[in-house]
Amino acid sequence: MNMTIIYTILSLSILGGISAVILYFVAQQFKVVEDPRIGEVESMLPGANCGGCGFPGCRNMAEQLVKAESMEGLNCPVSDASVMAGIATYLGFEATIQEPKVAVVRCNGTCEHRPKINTYDGANSCVIDAALYSGDTGCSFGCLGEGDCVAACKFGAMYMDPLTGLPVIIEDKCVACGACVKACPKHIIELRNKGKNSRRIYVSCINKDKGAVAKKACAVACIGCGKCVKVCPFEAITLANNLAYIDYNKCKLCRKCVVECPTNSIHEINFPPRKAAEAVMENHNENTIQTN
Amino acid sequence: MNQQIHVSPSPHINGEFSVPKIMYGVVLALLPAFAASVYYFGMGAIIVTAVSVLSCVAFEYLIHRFILKIQPRITDGSAVLTGLLLAFNVPSNLPILVIVIGALVAIGIGKMSFGGLGQNPFNPALVGRVFLLISFPVQMTSWPTPGGFSTGYADAVTGATPLALVKEAVKNGESISTLANIPSHMQLFFGHMGGSMGEVSALALLLGFAFLLYRKIITWHIPVFLIGTVFAFSGILHLASPEKFADPVFHILTGGIMLGAVFMATDYVTSPMTHFGMIIFAIGIGLLTVIIRNFGAYPEGISFAILIMNALVPLLNRWTKPTTFGEEVKNGN
Amino acid sequence: MLKTFKRGGVHPAENKLSASSPIITAELPKVAAVPLGQHIGAPASPVVNKGDVVKVGQLLAQSSGFVSANIHSPFSGTIAKIEDTIDITGFSRPAIFINVEGDDWLETIDRTDILLAECNLSATEITSKVKEAGIVGLGGATFPSHIKLSVPPGKMANVLLINGVECEPYLTSDHRLMLEKGDEVIVGTQLLMKALSVSKAFIGIENNKPDAIQHLKALTKNYIGIEIVPLKVKYPQGGEKQLIKAVLNREVPSGALPIDVGVVVHNVGTAFAVYEAVQKNKPLIERIVTVTGKSVKTPSNFKVRIGTPATQLVEACGGVPEDTGKIVSGGPMMGKALKSLDIPVSKGVSGILLFNGKEAKRPIMEPCIRCGKCISVCPMGLEPYLLMTFSEKQMWESSEMSHTMDCMECGSCMYTCPANRPLLDYIRLSKSTVGQIIRTRKQ
Repeated sequence: MNMTIIYTILSLSILGGISAVILYFVAQQFKVVEDPRIGEVESMLPGANCGGCGFPGCRNMAEQLVKAESMEGLNCPVSDASVMAGIATYLGFEATIQEPKVAVVRCNGTCEHRPKINTYDGANSCVIDAALYSGDTGCSFGCLGEGDCVAACKFGAMYMDPLTGLPVIIEDKCVACGACVKACPKHIIELRNKGKNSRRIYVSCINKDKGAVAKKACAVACIGCGKCVKVCPFEAITLANNLAYIDYNKCKLCRKCVVECPTNSIHEINFPPRKAAEAVMENHNENTIQTN
Repeated sequence: MNQQIHVSPSPHINGEFSVPKIMYGVVLALLPAFAASVYYFGMGAIIVTAVSVLSCVAFEYLIHRFILKIQPRITDGSAVLTGLLLAFNVPSNLPILVIVIGALVAIGIGKMSFGGLGQNPFNPALVGRVFLLISFPVQMTSWPTPGGFSTGYADAVTGATPLALVKEAVKNGESISTLANIPSHMQLFFGHMGGSMGEVSALALLLGFAFLLYRKIITWHIPVFLIGTVFAFSGILHLASPEKFADPVFHILTGGIMLGAVFMATDYVTSPMTHFGMIIFAIGIGLLTVIIRNFGAYPEGISFAILIMNALVPLLNRWTKPTTFGEEVKNGN
Repeated sequence: MLKTFKRGGVHPAENKLSASSPIITAELPKVAAVPLGQHIGAPASPVVNKGDVVKVGQLLAQSSGFVSANIHSPFSGTIAKIEDTIDITGFSRPAIFINVEGDDWLETIDRTDILLAECNLSATEITSKVKEAGIVGLGGATFPSHIKLSVPPGKMANVLLINGVECEPYLTSDHRLMLEKGDEVIVGTQLLMKALSVSKAFIGIENNKPDAIQHLKALTKNYIGIEIVPLKVKYPQGGEKQLIKAVLNREVPSGALPIDVGVVVHNVGTAFAVYEAVQKNKPLIERIVTVTGKSVKTPSNFKVRIGTPATQLVEACGGVPEDTGKIVSGGPMMGKALKSLDIPVSKGVSGILLFNGKEAKRPIMEPCIRCGKCISVCPMGLEPYLLMTFSEKQMWESSEMSHTMDCMECGSCMYTCPANRPLLDYIRLSKSTVGQIIRTRKQ
C-alpha cells in the first residue's frame, strides 16, 4: 500500500522534472528579446486600439515610439497632451504639443436641402453605394447617409440623425482618431482644430460642381462665389474648383464670412448668439432675400 | 413615372426561393406524416402538435420581443417548423407541460442562445427532444401503441417500440427470430407500430421526401446516403450474426431513421454546405446510429447521431471547400 | 445531350420579349453626347474642338493608351461642347456634344448592303483596321478588341470562339443580329480567324434560339472551319471561361486569360463590327440595342448610333411606362442600374431594360440560413456566403485566400439566395479592396 503511494509520488515527480527541463530548453530556444520600455509605453497609452495614430494598435504605436528618434509624426490623438508629454519624458524626447482636434462633417445636405431624386436599394454601406454611382441626390459629392462612419467609430461619438439623414458627431466623445475620416468614401469628414472654447468655423460643403449645378442639387451648397474669400481679413479662405475652404490654422474666428455666405454653407459652432445690431443686420439681409 | 427610380447593384432579379417559402415547403412536406400520426394515434397527435407549434412560435416571439428587443420575425416559418419537428419526435401522449418545456429548450437554448435563425450549430428540435429524453425518460419512452383515429389523448395504451423489443431481447440473450410481437415489414412501412408520433410511417415520410425533391428544397444526398449507410452497415452486422442483429430493412423502417434522414439531418442551418460534405455527414450519422442502436444503451440513436454530426459541420465545411474554377489546372501545370 | 459548363449556374426566366421583333433603325437625335470613356481602360483624348464641323465616321477622340480605343463621330454636325455628363457608369464623365445636322458620311465608307466575303488583307492589316475602327467587345465588357487579336509572344491561339450565347434574360440584340446579319457575322468570324491565324472557329449559341442555330448552320455549310455549337440554356454561359469550358472542355486556370489555353473569345456583335470595319471601312458608330421590359408597349431591337439618348429609344417603344421603378442598362443579371434615362447609348449598351415598380425593389434581407445554394450555383466554385462575411468584417486577407478575385460578378449567388442577402454587393467591395491591396503589394 505504502509502496504504491511512494511509486506514484516518485514517478510524478520525475515526470514533472523532465517536463520542466524540456520547457526550460524550449523557452531558451524561442526566447524573444524585447525592449521592456515597449510594455511601459503601452501601459501609458489609452489602450483603445482605435488606429488613430496610424498603427494597427496601441502596442504597435508603443513599438514605433520606442524605435523612433523623436516624437515627430507620432501622436496619439485619443489621449490628451499630458499623456504624450509623459511618454516623451519617459523616452527622453522633447514633447510636441498637438492642438486638440475634432471630426467635422462637411455636408449639410439634409433631406430638406438636398432632395433625393432616386432610391438607393443596395446593401447598406456607403462604400458600396459610392462604387455604384454618383448617389441618390443631384449632388455627387455629398453624404450618402448609409452610416459607414458611425459603424467605424469605436467611441460611440457618432450617430445618424434620422431627420436629416446625416451623421452627427458628439463633440465630447470624439477623440479625433480619424476612423470615420478613413471610412467615408466621399471624404466628407475632416479633422479640424477644436479651436478656442471649442469654437469653429468651417465650410459645410465639398461640392466641386459649378455654382448653378451645385445650387440646383442642394440649397445649402457652396457655389464658389468667392464672397467669403474677399471678406476674410486673415486670408484664411481659399477657393479652388468652385469650393471655398477655411484653413483652421489661419482662421481667427471673426465670423465675417458666415454672414456673407449667400447659401449659408459656412457654419459657426459654439458661438454665443450675435449682438443685437448684427442680428438686425442678418434679419435685414434675410428679409431682402425674401423680398427679392 | 409616378415613383422614384430604384438604383442598386446587379443582379436585378431574384430566384424563386425565399426563406418563408422554404420553411412552409418543409411544413407541407410534413403533412402526410402528420396525417399518418393522426390516423394511428388519434387525438393525442393533434394536441401534441398544436401545443408544440404554438409554444415554439410563442417563445420565439417573446424572446425576439423582450430579450433580444428586435422586431419579432415569426412569420418566416422557422419556429413553426421547429415546433412541428419537435412534436413529431415525441410520443403522442406526452403531458402538455413537458412539451412546453421541450419547446422552450428547443427555441431558447437550441436556437436563440446562439443568435437565432441561421446561427444555431445544433438542430433545435433535436436539442429539445434529447433534453426531454434525458429529463423525462419515463414519459418520453412510454410509447402509445397505434390505436386508430378514435384514440384519446391521455387514455392511450402504451407499449414498447419494435427497436426496444429487439434491444431487450438481445440483452436477455434471446434470438431475434423467435420474437413474436414484432410487426411485419409491410406494417412497419405503413407505420403500424409504437413510436414517436411523426416517425412511424415510412410511406408518409417518403411522400414528403418526394415533395421536397420536386420543389428542390433539399438535394438527395443526405437522405440517400444516410439510409444507405444504415442499410449497408446493419446488413453487414445481420449477415455476421442474424440472431443478434436485426435485418437491415427492419432497421431503416423502424425508429426515426426516415424522419431523421429526410427532415432532421437535412436542416439547412445544421448540415454542411457542399454536396461532398453532406455525403460525409450522412455516412457519419448512419454509422453512429447503427452503433448506438446495436451497441449503445439506448434502443434508438438517430437523435444523438445527428447532434454529434451537427457539431462536426463547421469542420466539414472547412474540409470540403469546393475547388475554385481553374484552380486544379493552375496547380496541375 | 447538349453541351454546357459543368459547375454551378442558374436558369432565370428567359423573358425574351423582343425575340421576334426585327431590328429597326433608330432615328437620328437633334443633340447627341458621345462619351469619351466607352471602353475599359483609359478614356480617349478628343481631337476635335468646340465649333468643329464633323462628318459621320470622322475621328472624334483618339485612343490614349495601350488599353483604350478610338471614338468616331456617329453623326454629322457641329461640336457644341465637351463637357461632363452622367453616362452608363452612373458617374459624371466627359463627353463630346454634337448638334446633329443632316447625315453626311465620309466618302471612304461603303454604305451598300452588298456582302463582301473576299478579303486579301494580311493578319496585321486586319488587326490594325480593327484598332483604327475603335472596336471594343460588344457583349458588354467593352474590352478593346485589337488587344485580344494581338496574341502576346510565347502564346498561341488555336481556336476562335464566337459568343452568340446571350445568356442574359430579356436581351435579344445578338439573337436578332445572327438572324438578320448571319452572313456578315460569319464573314466577320472568318476575318477574325485570319487575324489570329487559326483554322477552327466555333459559334456557341444557346438552345433557346433554334432559328438562329438553324440559320447559321445552313450558312456555315459554305465556309470551312466554322462550326455552330448548340448549348444547353444555362446562365452564365456567356462568361468567357464558362463558354470555353462548355464548347471545348478546356479550363482556364485561375487568374489566367483564355489565350493561355489557346482560345480567343469574341462576341457575335464584335464579329459583325469587324466585318463592317474591315470590308466596308465603317468604324464602330452603331450597335444593336434591345429596349424591353414587361410594361414596355412594344419591346424592340434598334440599330442605334452611339450617342443617341436612351430616352429617344424608349419613346420609340411607346414611351416610359407609368409604373417604371428601375432602369437597367444591359441584362437583369449583370446590367447597371441607371439614375435616369437621360444617358447616351455607348458602345457597351446591349439593352435598356425597364422594370416595373414591383420588380424594381429588392426583397427584404433575412439572416443567412446556410442552405449552401450560393455555393452550388457559383460557376467559379467559390463560397459567396463566406466571402460576404469576410467583406462585411473587412477581413481582406481571408477574402484573398478564399479566391475573391476569381469572382466574375455573374450574380448567380444573389439571384438564388432565399434570404435575399446582398452577396455580390459585398463581394464586389472585397474584389476592389483586395485588388488594390494586391496592386500596392506588387509595387
